[in-house]
Amino acid sequence: MSDTALRPARFRYGAVLPGWIGLAVVVFWLAVALLAPIIAPHPAGAILRVGTLAPASAAAPFGTDFLGRDMLSRVIYGARYTVGLSLLAAICASAIGSVLGILAAVRGGWTDGVLSRTSDALISLPHLMFALVIVAALGSSLPVLVGLVAFSYIPGAFRIARSLAANVNAMDFIQVARARGEGTPYIVLHEILPNILLPVLTDFGLRFVFSVLLLSGLSFLGLGVQPPNADLGALVRENIEGIYDAAPAVIVPAIAIATLTIAVNLAIDGLLGRSRLTD
Amino acid sequence: MLQLIARRLGHTALTLLAMSLAVFIGTNLLPGDVADALLGQAATPEATAALRTALHLNESAPLRYLHWLAGLMTGDFGQSLASHISVAQLIGSRLGNSLLLAGLTAALSIPVSLALGITAAVWRGTLFDRITAIGTIAAVSVPDFLVATVAVILFAVELQWFPALSTPRIASIPELFSSFTLPVLTLSLAVVAQMSRMTRAALVGILDSSYVEMARLKGLRPGRIVLRHALPNAAGPIANAAALSLSSLLGGVIIVEVVFNYPGLAKLMVDAVSTRDMPLIQACAMLFCLGYMVLVLLADICSIATNPRLRPA
Repeated sequence: MSDTALRPARFRYGAVLPGWIGLAVVVFWLAVALLAPIIAPHPAGAILRVGTLAPASAAAPFGTDFLGRDMLSRVIYGARYTVGLSLLAAICASAIGSVLGILAAVRGGWTDGVLSRTSDALISLPHLMFALVIVAALGSSLPVLVGLVAFSYIPGAFRIARSLAANVNAMDFIQVARARGEGTPYIVLHEILPNILLPVLTDFGLRFVFSVLLLSGLSFLGLGVQPPNADLGALVRENIEGIYDAAPAVIVPAIAIATLTIAVNLAIDGLLGRSRLTD
Repeated sequence: MLQLIARRLGHTALTLLAMSLAVFIGTNLLPGDVADALLGQAATPEATAALRTALHLNESAPLRYLHWLAGLMTGDFGQSLASHISVAQLIGSRLGNSLLLAGLTAALSIPVSLALGITAAVWRGTLFDRITAIGTIAAVSVPDFLVATVAVILFAVELQWFPALSTPRIASIPELFSSFTLPVLTLSLAVVAQMSRMTRAALVGILDSSYVEMARLKGLRPGRIVLRHALPNAAGPIANAAALSLSSLLGGVIIVEVVFNYPGLAKLMVDAVSTRDMPLIQACAMLFCLGYMVLVLLADICSIATNPRLRPA
């Protein structure tokens, strides 16, 4: 990661098309989350007269859930929770992690020592298990969920930002800026940040994917978003009895999550120049 | 070399200590009273007071932490709040099941991912490499419970090849297959995806180095170059990759045990979280941390042992 950081993004034409498709799907989900009340055909709690766990029909294109609610509307509102909460958590994790990482790289000394050792210790905590402990202690409200997901991914974001900033910090133009008499805030904002923005954005995309997976995993266990609200993971859980009839209510929300996470990965690969497919 | 390993052991012990502190603080964030919770309806003031003394609840938090830690060391994990059985007993009945599941998964996924990773690195840039790359990215970004539910719908409901629920029956080979195939395959998918990618990345760097090119120019057979010249140098990074991916198994195990209703440790912990059974949660969390640290330690020792520069002369 660190040695590719200083190179500008290369647009490899063969790899760009999947990237654009990924980006389109990501934008689609963002739009769904934003416009949920407008595009959902029914209110999230409305019960249709098609029966429970019904297969797809004209009235309910994705079937109905275990209470007979329209699955399409449930998924649209669920996307709101999944995208919204994960985005918030990923933004917090990336912002806090990057600020601390740049600080550690620029200040060095004991600031770096304390921050790096702490992140080393925290990074080895298994996330889902840590989340279980916190949910057991604090219950699962939306602020707790966002906080614990963000906290889980701060050490990772910190580590990336620190190594990127440390690389840039050793460059000649930083020496020149210092010799010119520029202060630390100027150096951070005008010299370091523009040079590490792209890889930090790439990392942010990955944090978002991790957040989606952790959050929906928790909800799937019944410990995330609580009823009557439901994110996509909770939708899979509450309709899990439909698994024996292969009802769309179980499969659709799970596939919705998969399209979102795969799309983010494709967009990062194709557009932000992370060379994963080719070396 | 022994000195290095000893230092790693010390490091592991320190990290475990830090983790125990984190788990203790995490489970004591809310000032709930364990004595009240334990006694439930029978909580008279006298009984609560007596139990509080017996459980050291009147002591300060640091002292309670030390008591708890001392208990962990001696195998005394306290008593479950929900079932009033000792935590050690509850865990003892589940630990073997989880280890069996993890062991079977490791036995399947390590060889498969090594083979995939090595072949993808050797045939870099070919169609095979691209397909594995896309496949593994997809497998890594899909939630575990999607794989598990799709597997149940396909193989248990539609095709009816395997039961949808898994019980740890190992009396005969057919029984073993019928109860473990679905959970083990589900778990392996994520592990294989991650491990093969890391294996490939570790090996690609070495295949690019000049000494491998030298071996190629000398006219050695490709098989010999990979197995005798490149692989020994990649062993350390690959062991690390294996440990990291197996520890991601942890998240997967929690989901898979719940979906297949498998009586393992992770299911026990999830149930404990819904009943807020703190002593049980603490013990399970520490066991998971221990498992994780042991894996990382094994990988470290493996990379130290395979590094020729550290071998005694």
